[in-house]
Amino acid sequence: MEITTRSLWTLVHGMGFGALYLLACSGAIVLLFLRSATNEHSTPKGDRVLGIYLTVMAAVAWLTVLSGTYIIYPWYRAAPPAGAAHLTAFPRSLLLSNPATKQWHLIGMEWKEHVAWLVPIAVTMAAFIAIKYARDLKHSPPLRTALYGFVATSLFAAGVAGFFGAMLDKNAPVDGGQTIRLVQGE
Amino acid sequence: MSSQSAISQDSAPGLPNGSAAAAILSAGIGSFTLALLTIVADQSATVKSMLSIYKPTGALSGVTTFAMLAWIVVWAILDWRWRGRNPSLKRINVIAFALLALSLLATFPPLGDLL
Repeated sequence: MEITTRSLWTLVHGMGFGALYLLACSGAIVLLFLRSATNEHSTPKGDRVLGIYLTVMAAVAWLTVLSGTYIIYPWYRAAPPAGAAHLTAFPRSLLLSNPATKQWHLIGMEWKEHVAWLVPIAVTMAAFIAIKYARDLKHSPPLRTALYGFVATSLFAAGVAGFFGAMLDKNAPVDGGQTIRLVQGE
Repeated sequence: MSSQSAISQDSAPGLPNGSAAAAILSAGIGSFTLALLTIVADQSATVKSMLSIYKPTGALSGVTTFAMLAWIVVWAILDWRWRGRNPSLKRINVIAFALLALSLLATFPPLGDLL
């Protein structure tokens, strides 16, 4: 059982940071709802938990977009040498070479690479407000609306990025680099 | 002062909401700047080339870097101006959500290409 370094990075980016963010986002929405619906979670300890939770989410969001943009994307968009017969090592060119797959790049990747950057902006702002205005959240519906709205939008944007990331990797995986042997075959 | 007591002080009920308004509006402006730069880079080869500040990532490096800088700078300026004030959060939310919605739409390539 083997994996290449590029595949491993893709896993870390998508299945690691990206999936973790999506899961955490669902949790954040539930946590925010419980705080507005009941008094139980609106304690100093609950306030601290929300602030720490959103701060960790912001860190995960930044790790996701930075690893995607500066580690994986250069491998994805690398240009093949002139006259290259095999394009499997050049996912962008591979997708564009076939009318049946080119929209995965033109719509999927073009949207994913930009919309994903809305996520760290939204959740960093949410974390800042959750920490600075922890005690005011309960009494300020507009503050809660802003938190809900931006966290929910970040869930949508991360979902779009995650969906297209998975489909792009299915049609033209980012692969190559050194091979890491995970389990020795018989 | 421990971080715990710092958080408790900062989050005393009744804190002026200016810093929150600055954070919310700047997030909307940062998002919209990202969408705007995406469209401009897509439609102008010159701008696209100028925004390619890290060649392996192409224009995406400039689009995201300058959008993040715009967001942080706007946040700092608004926070400095509004820190002790109480601007209308409802109005700020409406503007920020409108900018956020426009950003989502404008980054969607079929719609962005129409602009």
